[in-house]
Amino acid sequence: MTGTGFKRWFHRFGSLPYFYDVSARWAVWLAVPAVVLIGYALVAGLFVVPPDYQQGDVFRIIYIHVPSAWLSLFGYTAMAVAGVVALVWRLKIAEIFIVAAAPVGASFTFLALVTGAIWGEPTWGTYWVWDARLTSELILLFLYLGVIALHQAIESPRTAARACALLSIVGVINVPIIHYSVVWWTTLHQGSTVSLTGGSKMDADMLWPLLAGALGFTFLFGWLTLWGMRVQLLWRERRSRWVMKRITHG
Amino acid sequence: MAEPVSFWAMGGYASYVWSAYGIAAVVIVANIAVPFVRHRALLRRIRREEFIDD
Amino acid sequence: MTRTRRRRLLLVGSLLVGLGGAAALMLTAFKQDVLYFHEPSAIAAGDVPINTRFRIGGLVAAGSVNRPGDGLSVNFKISDCAATVPVRYRGTLPDLFREGQGVIAYGKLDAAGEFEADQILAKHDSSYMSPDTARALKAGTADACMPANMQAAR
Repeated sequence: MTGTGFKRWFHRFGSLPYFYDVSARWAVWLAVPAVVLIGYALVAGLFVVPPDYQQGDVFRIIYIHVPSAWLSLFGYTAMAVAGVVALVWRLKIAEIFIVAAAPVGASFTFLALVTGAIWGEPTWGTYWVWDARLTSELILLFLYLGVIALHQAIESPRTAARACALLSIVGVINVPIIHYSVVWWTTLHQGSTVSLTGGSKMDADMLWPLLAGALGFTFLFGWLTLWGMRVQLLWRERRSRWVMKRITHG
Repeated sequence: MAEPVSFWAMGGYASYVWSAYGIAAVVIVANIAVPFVRHRALLRRIRREEFIDD
Repeated sequence: MTRTRRRRLLLVGSLLVGLGGAAALMLTAFKQDVLYFHEPSAIAAGDVPINTRFRIGGLVAAGSVNRPGDGLSVNFKISDCAATVPVRYRGTLPDLFREGQGVIAYGKLDAAGEFEADQILAKHDSSYMSPDTARALKAGTADACMPANMQAAR
């Protein structure tokens, strides 16, 4: 894409009526892969994959836990990127993304924590410990909740959006801390099973459903956030002419 | 693949595995339902012209 | 990019750099407190304040587990290859407690250098495989003492 082509796309993408129209069509392209990938991951993870040699069947919780944890990090990083765009370019669509992504990210962070606790009880012998991994992931949940609370607390939408963007950027420092906590310090939580740079420590037939689940959750995040954005956008623009034209007379 | 009975038994870890998957299902369904319900309610209010002149 | 945008980008960038630096400094300063457990060799080297309760982590040394008396008590050794600490414990053990596996004990060192634990947690490694793969692997490998993922990077 050429410089000017990108610029034009960037600004058209930033146009709210345009986004509201095309996002309805995009939603399908996120929903279909999400359903297919997550469906495969869950069926394979629950019924096809062999039990782990040490943990037995309880290890099947991994097919929820790891995709959720991945999404908790991915979601917050995406919010921080949107935060930079919102603060520097003042693009409304980026502000709306942050507001829509925060509850989705909080949900999956919660899910990662809860499934981890359920998994920890029989394997580690405890639901919870205050080690660096678990604690930093809990802080991530509070960061998500902080973004949601900020948005609710500030009346003016633009001021609220700027505050949320700032917290998204500030909080992203926690993301590498969570990821590397198991390397930098001693923790009860084990190290990474799958790494982007070098291989995995898992049987291939156990690994594929896990990767499919993580990818499927990413699509799900996109789909949920897109719908959240449409609602948020419509609410913000509820008094504008284009909304009236499209909804009332459309 | 094992026989159907042991599917659900999960080698004695049934309560852990199924509660984890159950909570996941609830969280995901709630995340799908909330924007859809809110979107429909908002469309209805806009159609009723609730946001004009206030 | 306009001048205002460049200025804002610079501002956001320096905010991130500043925050990152501050976080790195803080985490380095609190490194000892962030460690969840200490390794036997760190205790042998005298790096651990032994008058207080602390956690010790390593592998359950092969052949070291014995259960004297009523079966609720268990004695074993925690090892990280370089050093070994004998542990006494009375209570329930997690499912994954077994010889050659990672374990974390919470308690106190007594005068004789034995660790009196009142909580035992299992720490599993990050590999998952089917029982068949595990059997196939066992044939070729000697028991490693401390897998890399048990250790904090130094």
